[in-house]
Amino acid sequence: MDYRHFDRDAVNAPPATAKILIAGGFGAGKTTLVSAISEIRPLRTEEELTDRGVGIDDVSGVDRKTTTTVAMDFGRITMRADLTLYLFGTPGQERFWFMWDELSYGAIGAVVLADTRRLADSFAAVDYFETRSIPFLVAVNRFDGAPVTDPEDVAIALDLLPGTPVVPCDARQRESVKGVLVSLVKHALTRSPQPAA
Amino acid sequence: MSAPKDRWFDREAGPIVRPYAVTRGRTTPDSGPYIGLIDVVVAAGPLPPSGGRLGREHRRLLDHCQQPVTVVDLASDADLPVGVVRVLLGDLSECGALQIISSPPGRVTNERLLRDVLNGLQAL
Repeated sequence: MDYRHFDRDAVNAPPATAKILIAGGFGAGKTTLVSAISEIRPLRTEEELTDRGVGIDDVSGVDRKTTTTVAMDFGRITMRADLTLYLFGTPGQERFWFMWDELSYGAIGAVVLADTRRLADSFAAVDYFETRSIPFLVAVNRFDGAPVTDPEDVAIALDLLPGTPVVPCDARQRESVKGVLVSLVKHALTRSPQPAA
Repeated sequence: MSAPKDRWFDREAGPIVRPYAVTRGRTTPDSGPYIGLIDVVVAAGPLPPSGGRLGREHRRLLDHCQQPVTVVDLASDADLPVGVVRVLLGDLSECGALQIISSPPGRVTNERLLRDVLNGLQAL
């Protein structure tokens, strides 16, 4: 008797899953973007406390506490019965950087949501994805009162590698967000190794 | 008189048992492969005899994955932190009660998956 054996025919084909990261500075509109296009669900993660949390988390009197709860949410788009896309907003605060590796593991790509009034907030995310060769694009979120910026200027300001798309975005509008995600996946396809002819 | 809204009741007050109490202090699975956030898991038929030592939370998780489900959805459904779910899934997998169907590791370069996602997005 072998309980480890799993009869694949006993269930329908397992669903394929994919994920896209939504990065950007605090207040750039990540949650707005995710909720504009997907069913949003709460998630708790219990993370190891690192020294980066010291001074922010009050750890006095709980010397042996080594984990802290991080509340976040994620978006789910059921595309077909056997295909689901997940959207994960990356935690904006610097002390949650250690979660990015986990979130980016196996990701199709990433959207860096930028606010032209605070472009410097996007540097860290751009650097992270460039270093790890994760396909990404920069989506410039339209904030009321923010100056309209030429995509080329944004590319220069962020010192993007040639070929990194910069697209306009209204994180509140489903169609706009859809367009951004379509652009990202198309970009990822151009980066995908071509099968030998 | 304090306003009732200042008080937290039931689930809003948070878990009574600290999350890692249900894993007996373990923060990572005892063995087995890395379990990713969007990996799909499914209960693998009847509970084996060695399943007798599984706790209440193990069984609760197993109830939630009678159909294939991703680790994040499972954590959200069960209202448990992902780290805890991962440890419990490791236990379930080890005793044969669960099948972990891993997603592709590392960067996704599967052109077919990308095309499927592209078509799916365009059809929204």
